[in-house]
Formats: sequence, C-alpha cells, structure tokens
Amino acid sequence: MYGGGQVFESSSVNNELLKDEDPQKLAEFEARIERGEKIEPNDWMPKLYRKQLIRMIEQHGHSEIIGALPEGTWITRAPGFKRKLALMAKVQDEVGHAQLLYGAAETLGKSREQMIEDLITGKSKYSNIFNYPTFTWADSCFISWLVDAGAIVNQLANARGSYGPYCRALDRICAEESFHLKYGHHCVIHLATGTPKQREMMQEAVDRWWPPMMHFFGPSDKMSTHTQILTKWKVKMATNDECRQQFLDMYVPKIWELGLTIPDENLKKNSETGEWEFTEPDWEEFKRVINGDGPCNKERLAVRRTAEERGAWVRRALTAKTKGEEYVAPLA
Amino acid sequence: MTEEALKDLLYKIADDLLILGHRNSEWTGVGPLLEEDIAFSSMAQDKVGQSLAFYNLLHELGEQDPDTVAFTRNADQFHNSQFVELPIGEYDFSLIRHFLFDHADYIRFSMLADCPIEELAQVARKLKGEIKYHVMHANTWIKQLATANEEAHDRLQKSLDEALPYALGVFEPSKFEKEIIDAGVYPGEKAIEEQWKENIAIVLEQAGLKLPDWNTIKPVYGGRDGKHTEHLQPLVEEMSEVFRVDPSADW
Repeated sequence: MYGGGQVFESSSVNNELLKDEDPQKLAEFEARIERGEKIEPNDWMPKLYRKQLIRMIEQHGHSEIIGALPEGTWITRAPGFKRKLALMAKVQDEVGHAQLLYGAAETLGKSREQMIEDLITGKSKYSNIFNYPTFTWADSCFISWLVDAGAIVNQLANARGSYGPYCRALDRICAEESFHLKYGHHCVIHLATGTPKQREMMQEAVDRWWPPMMHFFGPSDKMSTHTQILTKWKVKMATNDECRQQFLDMYVPKIWELGLTIPDENLKKNSETGEWEFTEPDWEEFKRVINGDGPCNKERLAVRRTAEERGAWVRRALTAKTKGEEYVAPLA
Repeated sequence: MTEEALKDLLYKIADDLLILGHRNSEWTGVGPLLEEDIAFSSMAQDKVGQSLAFYNLLHELGEQDPDTVAFTRNADQFHNSQFVELPIGEYDFSLIRHFLFDHADYIRFSMLADCPIEELAQVARKLKGEIKYHVMHANTWIKQLATANEEAHDRLQKSLDEALPYALGVFEPSKFEKEIIDAGVYPGEKAIEEQWKENIAIVLEQAGLKLPDWNTIKPVYGGRDGKHTEHLQPLVEEMSEVFRVDPSADW
C-alpha cells in the first residue's frame, strides 16, 4: 500500500547529479522512454534516475512492511473465521509486496539489508498514513478498503512507468490489492449497515482516518516544484493532486452511499469544473508526522527494529555457509 | 462408537489447529526475514482453515456453528494440548514447535485418511496434502539452521529440550481411547507417538540435534481435559475481543 507522498531529492541535488551525464547517452535514454520502452537493470541510465527510483521503490517497500503492522495487530482479534482467514492472507500479501519491491530496488544496486537498515534508523521514509494508530477493528477495515484503494490509484499510474522491474512488481501487486479492496469494502459494508454499535465504530474510524487519507497522496502540486524531470522520465506518472482527485471521485460517493459522513463540510464536487473541492489538508501536520513526530512513528520503527534484532541470528545462520560468495542481485 | 467419543476426538484436533494457527499468525509482519514471515503466515492460515474443517464436522454432529464454538468458549472448554498454547517465544522455539507438531499431525492425518467414517477420512486426506508441505518446510529449516553455526544449533537444541515434555502432551490419551481404537477410527495416540519418535529422530540426527532418553521426560498432560497454562485464557480473550463487542452482530 503506497500513496504519492514520496520524498524526492531537492532540485539542487538533481542539477548536480545531471551535469556530468554524457549528453548523447542521456538523449538516447530519454528517446527510449519517449517511445514507451522499458528500462531494464543493465541498461544505461542517468545517476539521478537510478537514485530517485531506488528511493521511490524503497519507500514503497518500507510502506508495505510497516503497513503490515497496524493491520497485522488485528489478525489475532478478527471477529470470526471468515475475517480472520482473510486478514491473515491480506497482511501476508503486504509482506510479499515488500519482498517483491525490495527485489526490484535491489536490481538498481542497493541491497535489501541496507534498505532495511535505512528504514530502522529513520533515514528513509515510508507512507505517512501508517504513523496513525488503529484503535478499533473499524480502523483496520478503513485501511483495508480505502487506504488500499488509494494505493491502487497511485500504483496503477506508476505501473505505466519506465522502469521494467518496478512495473512488473506493480502489476502483480495491483492484482492482489484489488482483492484487498473487495475484502475491506465487504468489512466496511457490514459495519456501516450493522448494529448501532458497529455503525458508530465505523463512523468514528472515518472521522479519524479522513485527514491522513487526504495526506496520503502527498502535498498539493502547487507545493512540490521539483518533479518535472521525474515526470519526463516516467518515474512519477501522475501528480499528487491527480491521484487525490481520482480517489475522491471513485470513493466519496461509495462512502456516502453507506450512510457515512466525511468530516469535511467543504467537500463537494464542483459541477462546472468536475473537480472535487475540499478544505486544504493541514500540510504542517503532514510535515511534522513525516519527519518523525506522529502518533506512532516511534512505535512502528521500534517494532521493526525489534523484529530485525530478534531475527538476526537466523540471517547470520543462513549466510554462514555463503561467506565470500559474490552478491547476486535478484531477477525482477 | 458413541458420538461423544467422536466429538471428543474432533474437538482436540480442531482446538490444536486453531490455537497453533493463531499463535503462528503472531509472526506475521515480524518474522526473521521476509520469506519466512510469508511462509509462517501461510502455514498459520492453513492451520486455522484446517481447524474450521473440523468445527464444520462438529457442527454437522449437532454442535454450535464454528464461529460460536471458536470465539465464545472459555479456556477451560478448550481441548487443545498445552503445547500449542505456549507463547511464540523466539523464532527457534516457534520453529521447533512447528517441526514437532506437524510431524505428529502428519501421522495423525495419514491414519485418519483410512478411517471408516467417510466424512472424517475425506477431510484427513485433503489436509494431509497440506501438512506434507509444512513438514517439508520444518525439516528444511531445522537442518539448514542447526548445521549452519553454533549459535543457531544451540538455540534449536535448547528449544527442543524445552519443547519435548509439552510435545509429548499432544499424545495424551483420551478417556475414549479404547473405544476409538476398537471402532477402527485410527490406531490411537500411543501408535502416533511411536511413529513420531522414529520420524523426528531421523531429521534431528541429520541436523546434529540430540534427543534425550525418552524415559527421562515427563509428558505435560491435562490440555485434552481442559486444564491449561495461564497463557490460554488471555489468548482466547484476545481472539474474541471484537466478537464480544456485540455478540448479536454480523461482522
């Protein structure tokens, strides 16, 4: 599950990395992308392309593995066999997505171990939405339906991007996410049309999760200035605002249909422009949370760090017999 | 054979699978490496799904529906062995438990596959196919880790020593043991235990892990009779937390 809130390099770093590139190779590279060809791991690519892709795919992988935590905590509490089995399978899929994505990022030259190290030391980011807590079962249902729905919007766009291994991983991921979305929708329907207690739980979850959901696609386009070259290179395939609009268009009617209210009195579709209007999300909060000061940042990283420490002996044992062998990047 | 005896057999099998599946699912998202996280989660799903198959058989025999049975009983109404309710501990303990338990269940389902009660035999034949892969997974990991370095070997040996008294508790004979054997349902717990000791000894030897003299180990019994460790009631409460918010609701 991943939105559009990627953290890219600043423009000055971009320019620095680009200035040494061979202009002819760069032109050929850009022509290939223009023709719709996929770039493969051993093809020539600008250093900046490699760097930004690693960063994006890595953040996506981290989002999957951290995203498994707020939902995973409900596996042992899921009400009934049907939900328990489905949620176990769903969270397992998310961990599987992390595996696929780390594999895709490894083809660009960064090892999984290094990526996980950067995650648990806080050096690299993951989707901001998972820094919020799942207080109730309804919160986990909100994630399964609507956060996954948002992720699909973003990922379907990126699946048309230029880097072959990432696109192929995304195709597989989106196929699975569409089942998650069905599962989540089914859960939410049961709560929203259920007993008064269930309806209350679901409404409270919508109230809690709407602001982070609006943050999910990243800052407004007018605030992000340095993605032009990434769009040209088909690293970033849709703008944050485009994804947010598409999500609102697809899901707000479905949420209202269930008799749930959305906690934004300004939310409405402008019949003339066809665009959704809403209260500007609190981007200061977004920045604060992404920089580590959210309700669950410390807890999420602590859980991941503990898992890494507890599993370290297994990984040491697995590599004990392969010492000295050359590292082989996965096929992806 | 009385229906009571058959239900007793089905309950202990179902409860073992549900509780162990629940425990193993606790590794989801925090496994020692992604591949193993996924594998443990997948096997946990199989276990919970397998338990459902047995609760369905019980439902056909007049017991309440699977959700009610699984999510509303208290710990003392569960018939699982104490082995499966123990916390997941470190990964070495969870792996050893998975190894010891799945070897036992593979033999159990192989025997039940030939049982004269066709509905039960059918389920056993199907599940045996799944458990075969769980056993392969356990064997592979035990051998690979225990022979890799001293640290892993020592961890597994220590967990094995701790687990064995509880593992023997899986074979606690029921009060209907003779009745079930006489009816030809399966050859009984003692028979599973003997075969199990032979099977695990082969793998453990390849892994360089030592089995103690069986006569020195006192099996931990009681689970089949509703006597449990302090770990089961909190597990059951956690499992039913949402269900109990509104027991009349459809979730």
